[in-house]
Amino acid sequence: MQFRVAATVTLRRSIADVQGTTVEQALHAIGFPMIEQVRIGKYIEMLVAAPSAQEAQAYAERACQQLLANPVIEDYRIVSVEPHMERPVGAE
Amino acid sequence: MRVGIVIFPGSNCDWDAYWAVRSTVGDVAEFLWHQEEHLPVGVECVILPGGFSYGDYLRSGAIARFSPIMRAVVRFAHAGGVVLGICNGFQILCEAGLLPGAFLRNRTLRFVCRSVYVRVERSDTPFTNALASGSVLRLPIAHGEGNYYIDPRGLRELEDHGQILFRYCSADGAVTDDANPNGSVGNIAGIVNREGNVLGMMPHPERACEALLGGTDGAMIFRSLQRFFATTQLPAEAVSRE
Repeated sequence: MQFRVAATVTLRRSIADVQGTTVEQALHAIGFPMIEQVRIGKYIEMLVAAPSAQEAQAYAERACQQLLANPVIEDYRIVSVEPHMERPVGAE
Repeated sequence: MRVGIVIFPGSNCDWDAYWAVRSTVGDVAEFLWHQEEHLPVGVECVILPGGFSYGDYLRSGAIARFSPIMRAVVRFAHAGGVVLGICNGFQILCEAGLLPGAFLRNRTLRFVCRSVYVRVERSDTPFTNALASGSVLRLPIAHGEGNYYIDPRGLRELEDHGQILFRYCSADGAVTDDANPNGSVGNIAGIVNREGNVLGMMPHPERACEALLGGTDGAMIFRSLQRFFATTQLPAEAVSRE
């Protein structure tokens, strides 16, 4: 069975996010003064073969710990785990 | 000294490092392909050169650290072998856990490519013994993610153990925020591990070894290494291979 797992990787809260700050200033300049604390990160989607959703999530978490996020500066979060359905041949 | 220079996919300062070793101290340098699992017998110093290994995808150095040769480099470093990581090489050393800390985007969000001044904080290392402590070097930098980060506790440990080797400074050696080109914590431009045999530095000494190229201060790093190896024998387990 395969699962489509999505993870986000963002800078830790204690670390200044200069990209986020720059984008926030741009948002203010074009009329969005109500938007604050913009943080920019990475969205990583992967197809994981595993017997269950829990195990798919566990593999993805280990991948985050070992490679996808650097714990010195980043936090990761698994945001979704969905069963992946193969579409039948010829289906639209 | 016998130097090995690792080539990762995307390394682009490998030949500069090769030429710098050959031209400044005339010593033997050879290239090491990232797929190798062992270092050649007798290599005393490994250089991880600058560049954009694996396109800097995900994070600078994050993928290169899993190259087969990095396992050999980690064993070599733990056995006392001398390792010099320059720019992307510094990022790889941090990702590999041979040096503490990590890199963020430059605080200006700009790629910075120019010469800067760095102050030599210690002269009792394999990399700086031909220099006086407190002396100022003019070296080029070229990076977009050179903003060295370590948490306050880690910074204290670096300072307590004398691990900060180079700090960005003004021409007269003042360590100021104005002289910090990328936002690095503590103006850090280069650090060593506790044992002192692994150095990571963002500036490029190999690009500053000839007057024609704008400066010769970088040659002092290679002369220091040569002096170190003239008087020091590495532990046998570092230079012989399993």
